[in-house]
Amino acid sequence: MTLTPAPAAPPVSPPVTLAALRRQVRAVEAQDRATQAVLPFGVGPLDARLPGGGLALGALHEVAGGADEALHGAAAARFAAGILARAQGEVLWCRRQADLFAPSLAQVGLPPERVIFADAGDEAGVLAAMEEGLRWPGLAGVVGEVGKLSMTASRRLQLAAEKSGQLAIAVRRWRRVADAADLGQPTAAQTRWRVSPLPSSPLPVPGVGRPRWFLELLRCRAGDAFDIELEACDAKGHLRLPAPLAHRSAGARAGSEHRGQARAIA
Amino acid sequence: MVGRVGRRRAIAHMNLAAAKTGLRIGQAVAHATALVPGLVLHDLDAEADLAALQRLALWAQRLYSPSVAADPPDGLVIDATGCAHLFGGEEKMLIDIRDRLTKAGLSAKVAIADSWGGAHALARYSLRPVFVVPQGALGRELHPLPVAALRLPAELVQALAKPGLDTIGELDAAAKGPLAHRFGLEPIRRLDQALGREREPIEPVFARETLRAAKIFAEPIGAPETMARYLGELTVELCAALEAASLGAKALDAFFFRVDNRIETARLGLSAPSRDAPRLAKLLCEKLETIDPGFGIDKMVLAAPGAEALTYKQGDALAGRRAGADLSGLIDTLALRLGAESVYRLASADSDIPERSVRKAPALERPAAFSWPVDWPRPTRFFPRPEPIETVALLPDQPPAWFTWRGVRRRVRCADGPERVFGEWWKADAELARSRDYFQVEDEGGERYWIYRDGDGEDLASGSQRWFMAGVFG
Repeated sequence: MTLTPAPAAPPVSPPVTLAALRRQVRAVEAQDRATQAVLPFGVGPLDARLPGGGLALGALHEVAGGADEALHGAAAARFAAGILARAQGEVLWCRRQADLFAPSLAQVGLPPERVIFADAGDEAGVLAAMEEGLRWPGLAGVVGEVGKLSMTASRRLQLAAEKSGQLAIAVRRWRRVADAADLGQPTAAQTRWRVSPLPSSPLPVPGVGRPRWFLELLRCRAGDAFDIELEACDAKGHLRLPAPLAHRSAGARAGSEHRGQARAIA
Repeated sequence: MVGRVGRRRAIAHMNLAAAKTGLRIGQAVAHATALVPGLVLHDLDAEADLAALQRLALWAQRLYSPSVAADPPDGLVIDATGCAHLFGGEEKMLIDIRDRLTKAGLSAKVAIADSWGGAHALARYSLRPVFVVPQGALGRELHPLPVAALRLPAELVQALAKPGLDTIGELDAAAKGPLAHRFGLEPIRRLDQALGREREPIEPVFARETLRAAKIFAEPIGAPETMARYLGELTVELCAALEAASLGAKALDAFFFRVDNRIETARLGLSAPSRDAPRLAKLLCEKLETIDPGFGIDKMVLAAPGAEALTYKQGDALAGRRAGADLSGLIDTLALRLGAESVYRLASADSDIPERSVRKAPALERPAAFSWPVDWPRPTRFFPRPEPIETVALLPDQPPAWFTWRGVRRRVRCADGPERVFGEWWKADAELARSRDYFQVEDEGGERYWIYRDGDGEDLASGSQRWFMAGVFG
């Protein structure tokens, strides 16, 4: 029997331990998760700053409008519709107020055969319908228009979304602009966005150009907040970086702005 | 109609014209033909009448309530507990029943009351063709009616008339002890049933081909968990029967027979035929909270009326998420919670007028194409009631330079339009000359709105020339 000296403990390097711990935590977190996939926006600067390079599938995301948009949530709804238009499958849209205009959804890439509406009498009903939809496999995602979103309610939605791998989007809209302060409250959502309309892209002729949004990522789990100015969803739900008009070729200008020109003539 | 009473031929039923000549039911045929020359006689076929009544009951069951029974010789009884709201109220439900029967060539009188006996009496002996008795007012309405309204045999009615008991009110006021001693318990039982003092269950009809499963309990059950468990067992049994017959249920009726002689019912409608037992059991159990077991339930019946053919479909175990996945289960669950009319798709309708261009379609329908414009802007939020706005416009064909909406004055930075929409003169004469001009306007903050002018800006016949806010783009 020979005595071997006990192997000296390897020098602990804090970064390695930390990285290993992070891996462990991620493995624990991912246990119940159906998918780790993300849905990229297809806009470089936007995707680069989101963890994983896009909007996480199987997670809850919050979208709200800025200023007066808190009442209508029109830009927020269009933003959500654009995201889901790029996902595969049908969409369940839960709401309390039936003022969403279906033709506008079709214009951002969500035709009637892809959207099922569920009208609930109150916000609790909207949340319950969302959760039911999230448990059901085969949907692209679920949208719910709610004002108040408590930690408990958002946690339930987040867990249901994790299990099924669907996108859950809460479009936050309130009855009064003052209530929009509620957006500061913590929730279990993966990301929190705020969309505010900006003056549209300038045109060489009179008319309204492609709408622009000021998009703020207010909160992002495992990521940093930032803001960016973008051109709103096109017919397939894609966002685009605004380019200064002078930098574009004549062909691109004519092609991308034909909508505005055509209307100005009409 | 001629029937037999003992050995003599007597009148069993007659129509209104015959009644006006003064004939009465129970009169001998020889006597009647002598009194009214040219009387048309038909032999009564009681069995065929009863069979027709059963068919009518099945029709009503499909339309109105799971619990319907024939009330021979000439009536139907419907347990309308919790059903009237589906038709927009009790009166509307009765009018609907009457209209449908009239269309089918039947003359009918309908009444709704707190008890079977009460509704029976009022439908037959009240002058009103449609009679809604408010809750608690049954006694007041019944008292002036004759005793014959109580579903008593004719001999008993005659016997009661001898001591002067002609109306239900007089019978109700009489001392019950001597009454029972002299006439038996029957008049008192019928009186209590009519006034709602005694429960009278409606034993519902079933079509012969309706598949059903039943369970009888030695000891009454009442705990929700127990009910849910047995409901699950019944669903499995029923689904096995459906599978054997290659059928799928379009609706499920659950009947809970209570020990105190009442039947609680629950009806579940499905968007597509199904025999998926776990799913159906889950949906049924959501309905359980509307069931009041009272002192206990000693029998449960689960029926699948109007089942439709459902053949096997090859499953695709490998394809996980795919477009066109079967969503009927989700739609059923949501429809059960929110109401069937709250789960739908929005499809395009053939109209250029924005508020008419969208129609609700069933959630399981797959609208093929839409006719909405792709190039013309459409707002994300559309106000069902356009809000008037104050504007400053320079020229008739120009968008306004300023507008005030909800108290905020906004300067228009740029605008698109007009998109002129004309009235649909083929729908209404008033729309012949009407037109609207829609503009998309953007204010200095970048908010985009959809506004329109009612009219073409020149001719007053085309509209009021006032401006309205139609929607918000965002």
